[in-house]
Amino acid sequence: MTRQQKLFYFLSLHRTGLLVLCVSIGLLLFPLVENNPYTLGLTNLVAINALVVLGLNLFIGYAGQISLGHAAFFGLGAYGSAIATTTFHCSPWLAMILVAVCVALLALLIGIPLLRLSGHYLAMATLGLNYVVHNILLQWDEVTGGPSGFAGIPALTLGNFSLDTPIRRHYLLWCFVIITMLFCLNLVRSSAGRSLAALAGDELAAASLGVNIQVSKVKIFVLSAILASLAGSLFAHTFGYISPDTFNIFASVQFSIMVVIGGMGSIWGSLFGAGFLTLLPQWMDVFDTYKDFIHGGILVLVLMFLPQGLISGLTDKLRIYLALRRRNAAT
Amino acid sequence: MLQLEGLGKNFGGLPALDKVSFTLPQGRVTALIGPNGAGKSTLINCLTGILTPDQGSINFQGQNIVAWPAHAIAKLGIQRTFQNLRLFPRLSVLDNVLTGLICASRQSIFMAMLRLPSLRHEERNLKLRALEALDLFGLTDKAQWPAAILAYGDKKRVELARAIVSKPALLLLDEPVAGLNAQETRAVSEELQNLRRMGHTILVVEHDMDLVMTVADQVVVLDSGSLIAAGTPEQVQHNPLVLEAYLGRMEATA
Repeated sequence: MTRQQKLFYFLSLHRTGLLVLCVSIGLLLFPLVENNPYTLGLTNLVAINALVVLGLNLFIGYAGQISLGHAAFFGLGAYGSAIATTTFHCSPWLAMILVAVCVALLALLIGIPLLRLSGHYLAMATLGLNYVVHNILLQWDEVTGGPSGFAGIPALTLGNFSLDTPIRRHYLLWCFVIITMLFCLNLVRSSAGRSLAALAGDELAAASLGVNIQVSKVKIFVLSAILASLAGSLFAHTFGYISPDTFNIFASVQFSIMVVIGGMGSIWGSLFGAGFLTLLPQWMDVFDTYKDFIHGGILVLVLMFLPQGLISGLTDKLRIYLALRRRNAAT
Repeated sequence: MLQLEGLGKNFGGLPALDKVSFTLPQGRVTALIGPNGAGKSTLINCLTGILTPDQGSINFQGQNIVAWPAHAIAKLGIQRTFQNLRLFPRLSVLDNVLTGLICASRQSIFMAMLRLPSLRHEERNLKLRALEALDLFGLTDKAQWPAAILAYGDKKRVELARAIVSKPALLLLDEPVAGLNAQETRAVSEELQNLRRMGHTILVVEHDMDLVMTVADQVVVLDSGSLIAAGTPEQVQHNPLVLEAYLGRMEATA
């Protein structure tokens, strides 16, 4: 092998790790270039959404299921942390973990009967779950503060170091995202990940190959609920104020659209989807005013023409095109 | 190895399988033949837990596996191919074959997320085994292709590779040469004989009589859900009941 070939081989062998490294360096340097608190507030929101979308994409893209209720887990995480730290004066990190455990148990309890459903029925059931949780957050005002929201949530601290500026939060939140992304990338490149891909591709074939369909679905559902709950806790501590409407069914739909834009089963796509949909309304006011129409439009168009999702649909097409060209060149 | 005892399955009152009993001997190839609608696929689906039989028992290595879920049966080492291909088109050829090793892996989701050294080691082993299986079917240079772009014959081969890669105790093949041309059929026939030499126990459902006659040690014949004949290929070939089932009654010409 020449030196160039060796370099290419090394690059292709470690492409995932190198890409993660590049993104991490980019994120590390980002606050040096852009230290406007408003912009950092936005990119921090992207990070929080990305956490939810990464988990949801495992559920939608890898386990092949549909959820229109993940804002419920996101909301439970946020309110759980808020109540535990403000009302019960629990330490924020401990609260985050305890709340995530509770949400995981709840997801397990709900997931076992819920995941016997599929398709439209599962979509409706998860939508119902979100509706119930949203209503509780809205109506139970002695505990949640009701429609006026919950204020005065403390910031996270590391020892005596308070993570109370946008730049500090930037590092914290993106650390979470990068670590979660590494976990997800590891998962999908393993045998456990392949059994999920099989499940998404063809349930009957997956079962015949030894995948316990019911258990796998519930596991991924719980995993995605944990990620949504952690994201919710981070959201509460980052912004210090939460209100029920952040966690209504439209938020769930928005998370699902982020998955669809990123593409089914695409970890990198999830990051893009979360960024694109969070930032779009900021670039163009029109998008903010007619948000729901535009989101609906994007959803319909992508699912009509690229059912695998925008980014992974396009990369799939490219992969097939390249492979076909190579095949035809070989014969 | 595997005994069927009085296996029955009804679909809305119509018997698709009616008291079927036979035995698959270890290390042999058994062919299951019969006209369309005879219940061959229903039988395979009962064996793999996709359908639950209404009566009878299936004894596999001393256990009655009737009503076991499909994934539990797969874990016992029963692998199958499908009459209509069921590959994962978005996955590469190699990854498709690797899905055949899902049972061979002990990874949990949480272990996989941490990617511990033991897991990397296991992944490397699985990959080597998958490449070995691909090599057996001459697919090595297509390992990285998306399965979607393979020619039909190659897709059938990938499914075979996926089924055998875990070295299953019992292999169920549902029409492995359906839709293949004469040349491809010969190739698959050789590959099946190869698998038999390697000691696989195989049940093959097939319409292609040449293939059945070359590879099978034992033939069982189903017609309208009932077992009408069983024996060596020669015996079955000259059995009047079998001829009748395939060709209709002979009275007119007799």
